[in-house]
Amino acid sequence: MNMPTRLTLFLLGAMATGFLYLKGATQLPEFGHYGSSFYPQTYGDAINHASIFARHITDSVTGVNFDIRALDTLGEEFILFTSVMGAVVLLREAYEKTPKQDDHEQSGQKEKSAIHAPKATDAVRLWILGMTAPTVLFGFYIVLHGQLTPGGGFQGGVILATAPLLIFLAQDYENFKRITPNTLLEIGESLGAGGYACVGALALLSGAPFLANIFPFGQTGSILSGGIIPLISFLVGLEVAGGFVLLLAAFLQDLFSSSDESKEKESAQ
Amino acid sequence: MNLLQSLVLIFVCVTATGVVFTRDPLSQSVGLSFYGILLGMMFFVFQAPDVALSQIVIGALILPLILLLTLSWLKRSQLEQKKGSSS
Repeated sequence: MNMPTRLTLFLLGAMATGFLYLKGATQLPEFGHYGSSFYPQTYGDAINHASIFARHITDSVTGVNFDIRALDTLGEEFILFTSVMGAVVLLREAYEKTPKQDDHEQSGQKEKSAIHAPKATDAVRLWILGMTAPTVLFGFYIVLHGQLTPGGGFQGGVILATAPLLIFLAQDYENFKRITPNTLLEIGESLGAGGYACVGALALLSGAPFLANIFPFGQTGSILSGGIIPLISFLVGLEVAGGFVLLLAAFLQDLFSSSDESKEKESAQ
Repeated sequence: MNLLQSLVLIFVCVTATGVVFTRDPLSQSVGLSFYGILLGMMFFVFQAPDVALSQIVIGALILPLILLLTLSWLKRSQLEQKKGSSS
């Protein structure tokens, strides 16, 4: 296809899209006005009402994610699970292929191609030393209070995943590896993903639909309110934290572990 | 729309354009991190704290981090290739 034909095709499409967009945009409700004259009772109002009175929770967004649209979140969870697995498989394959060939061919060579990170300064290390414990605590707080305040398993899980990274920044790859063994990460990730599906299946066993909220709702505002919502939030937090650290560990292993191997060789010699 | 909301929207527009027009991937990922924080602030100002939290941790932390790791990975494999061709 040559350039003028492309351009005319693009202009035709852009004109049609622009026309439809303008036509739609003129009929939108005003900025900041939630409902329109066509739909006075909006979905959001219904959700806000239902989350407090039918589920005893105060954060509607978590309620939508982990109860009302729990099946969608299960799908997202497995998207994350699969993509982390795919990335880890690719990186591990690259790691197992490249450095080993080097080792066989040029085993005595000290200077590896791995990146040598400069040592962290005392100021950075002191700062991180003080920040690691509050980060872990804050991550758990966000995971466990998903049904009460903004947050939930996903956000808290990612915050938890940054804690080992802080250790890596302050120390080195070996210390990062010591607190995040691969087995633990894999168990955490699969327990989170599988547990979510099991919570759904538990509802099936009791005769309710898949992922129905079968647990008692508890008192509004308490940490155990919302039935399955805190449980699912915790499992999602486990899965997300495990998945992200697994991904980071795979990257860091490929980047930094060959320098560790050469160090070990140096010390052995 | 109040003043804060309009200001944040303008900042987001300016930063997003800046990120797009930065051609060096390394500085682009740093700019992306800054843009992630601004976008998180925008969500917060528009009363969506849940999304703001996700945006800050993903957009400002994890995404630039993975970009940086990928860049250093690519740089290392380039170095390896050079070594292999020279020796």
